[in-house]
Amino acid sequence: MMTFKIAFRNVLRNRRRSAMTLLAIAVGVIGIVLFGDFVRFVTAGLETNAVDKVGHLEVFRTGYFAFGAGNPAEFGIDDYASVVKAIGDDPALAGKLSVVTPVVQLAGIAGNFALDVSKTFLGTGVVPSDRDRLRLWDEHGVNRRRLLPDSGLRDSDEARGIVGVGVARVLGLCEPLKLDGCPARPKKSGPDGAALAVNLAGLAEAERPSQSPPDDDLARIDLLAATAGGAPNVVNMLVSRAEPQAARELDDNFVAMHIALAQRLLYGRGTPKATGIVVQLRRTEDLAYARQRLAQMFSERHLDLEIRDFADLQPFYKQAVGMFRAIFLFISLIMGIIVLFTIVNTMGMSVMERTTEIGTARAMGVRRVGVRRVFLLEGAILGAIGSTIGAAFAQVIGMVVNRASLTWTPPGQAAPSPLEVLTANSMGFVTLVWFAIVLAATLAALIPANRGARLEVVDALRHV
Amino acid sequence: MSATMSAAARPETAAAPPPVVRFQNVVKTYDEDGLKVEAIRGVSFAIPKGRFSMIVGPSGSGKTTLLNLIGCIDRPTSGALEVCGEDVGTLSDDQVTDFRSRNIAFVFQTFNLFPVLTAYENVEYPLLLLRVPSAERRARTLAMLDAVGLSDHKDHRPNQLSGGQRQRVAIARALVKHPALVLADEPTANLDTRTGAEIISLLRKVQLEQSVSFVFSTHDPQLISHAEDTFPIRDGILLEARR
Ligand SMILES: Nc1ncnc2c1ncn2[C@@H]1O[C@H](COP(=O)(O)OP(=O)(O)O)[C@@H](O)[C@H]1O
Ligand SMILES: [Mg+2]
Repeated sequence: MMTFKIAFRNVLRNRRRSAMTLLAIAVGVIGIVLFGDFVRFVTAGLETNAVDKVGHLEVFRTGYFAFGAGNPAEFGIDDYASVVKAIGDDPALAGKLSVVTPVVQLAGIAGNFALDVSKTFLGTGVVPSDRDRLRLWDEHGVNRRRLLPDSGLRDSDEARGIVGVGVARVLGLCEPLKLDGCPARPKKSGPDGAALAVNLAGLAEAERPSQSPPDDDLARIDLLAATAGGAPNVVNMLVSRAEPQAARELDDNFVAMHIALAQRLLYGRGTPKATGIVVQLRRTEDLAYARQRLAQMFSERHLDLEIRDFADLQPFYKQAVGMFRAIFLFISLIMGIIVLFTIVNTMGMSVMERTTEIGTARAMGVRRVGVRRVFLLEGAILGAIGSTIGAAFAQVIGMVVNRASLTWTPPGQAAPSPLEVLTANSMGFVTLVWFAIVLAATLAALIPANRGARLEVVDALRHV
Repeated sequence: MSATMSAAARPETAAAPPPVVRFQNVVKTYDEDGLKVEAIRGVSFAIPKGRFSMIVGPSGSGKTTLLNLIGCIDRPTSGALEVCGEDVGTLSDDQVTDFRSRNIAFVFQTFNLFPVLTAYENVEYPLLLLRVPSAERRARTLAMLDAVGLSDHKDHRPNQLSGGQRQRVAIARALVKHPALVLADEPTANLDTRTGAEIISLLRKVQLEQSVSFVFSTHDPQLISHAEDTFPIRDGILLEARR
């Protein structure tokens, strides 16, 4: 108690110097807290952005991840419905699952034969309601203010699909889809395109009579792909919407459709399969557990399946998070060093000035460790006060930022989202920074504290 | 040499109490940057218990060095030193620190109060080091402040006190723990004659109440006139003691 009293009053003794020290610590804490929380926010955003599309885990037929791009149909999961059911019913995963849904990945050529245009596409077949539920995932609360537009897909309408804005532009769908800022196609040029279009149109015509009568208000495109057997196949898709995608390459190739339509294209009238099963968890922290549990389940059932997580599926996530972490580490290091040097300097001057006091205390019977304790405590007190001031200021800055309704477009995302820092979610992080800085301040004080403790009594007393 | 030996060599009768300090051939050499200064050049003497003893000599004669050795804040270069019956040369750093805490108190020429503590807290401090229970601590601190006439100033910080008042606080701080030995290195040197006289009479009064051994260093004639034992020192050598 007395030690604390002495330490605390000595902090107040040289107010100017203590104030400068506290300022340095506070600035360091503000920097670390604000930038660190921004990184936390970005990471949560990137994670959400990945997980609300590809889930946490995706189950593939073994080999699909490495070779499936060549011919996705070949790596279909047999009887995927029973696997989906087995995962959903697994008691070990009960309460941890958010969505378990099959998907079909495919590639082919999309054509708008009314205009004689076509282009390659990368398509996904989804269960529309499951896709909607995937998109609602928001464990970190980063999407609270985001309004999800109607996906444009319906469980009840197998013919419907959506395309990337780039696909819509190339296929001349800007007008029918009423897209803003989407230039109309220039008049088409050579005869080559026409010849191809005619060929595809022929195939498409053959497919058309078997379709239900189309809604007349929706644009129609034709999708051409090779079936699992290698034969060309064509289906009709009604384009209900253009959905912007973040990366240009994706936007120019993106097609999503009802899983039944994708299966008809890939498997024709054969047994429909899924190329993957997406597993979304309620909480990311269960990822490792769920992954291990699924692997165990598949091996018990002798299923030839492999599991990938969203970081495998979206390498961009890993890279972006890695980069932000590196910058954060760098900033923290610099701030930490500033704090360290300030404390060493301040406490060093303190020890110098109080040499006679140290000698007096030692003569009166204070052990070396007692001298060290006072100065360590002073470092800790400076650290604690400075950190508290810094955290409070950061909180105020955070409130101002949040009130300002700033938006930003995170890397890898198409639409801007609200920028929010230092929300209730950040308290754990702020507490951690607080303790880290107090610890750093205490450790920094160790150097001058030891110098004080090592003084010989007579030398200290002789000091003027 | 025979003069210096005589104090220690004096036969102790059964009735006489053992001395509070005993030096045997103590040498203290300072070695600063290879320059050796022999501050204490082989002294052997004993300071009797419960008396007002003074080490007297001109500046540079070795008074402070001798007092530091008695106070166990410095160690002899050679020779044996016994304080309060303990061979202090054999103690470890922490042991000797605890020994000081229990047995020895200092009154410094420059008072050396802790500026961040009030008069009360300064006096209380040695009792905290000795882990005296709080009620007893409080009673003893207040009584001690009263004894030095500073009850009204107990909440003042040192910078709010005059030189004489500060030295009173320092005396209260020294005596509150009932030490066996109180050491004061020229306690009146930083005080004017009148305040010095007040401090001396205060010390005399306390010494009569508590049976403490006082050892001062001084060349202040006013203080010397109160000495019960005088140990004159010149150039690190003790001359014949006067009693
Ligand atoms: N730390 C030291 N280093 C070197 N010489 C010292 C030191 N302390 C004292 N001396 C020398 O030892 C001698 C005795 O000094 P001191 O004990 O302070 O005498 P006094 O207190 O009687 O003035 C002096 O010559 C002084 O210069
Ligand atoms: Mg001296």
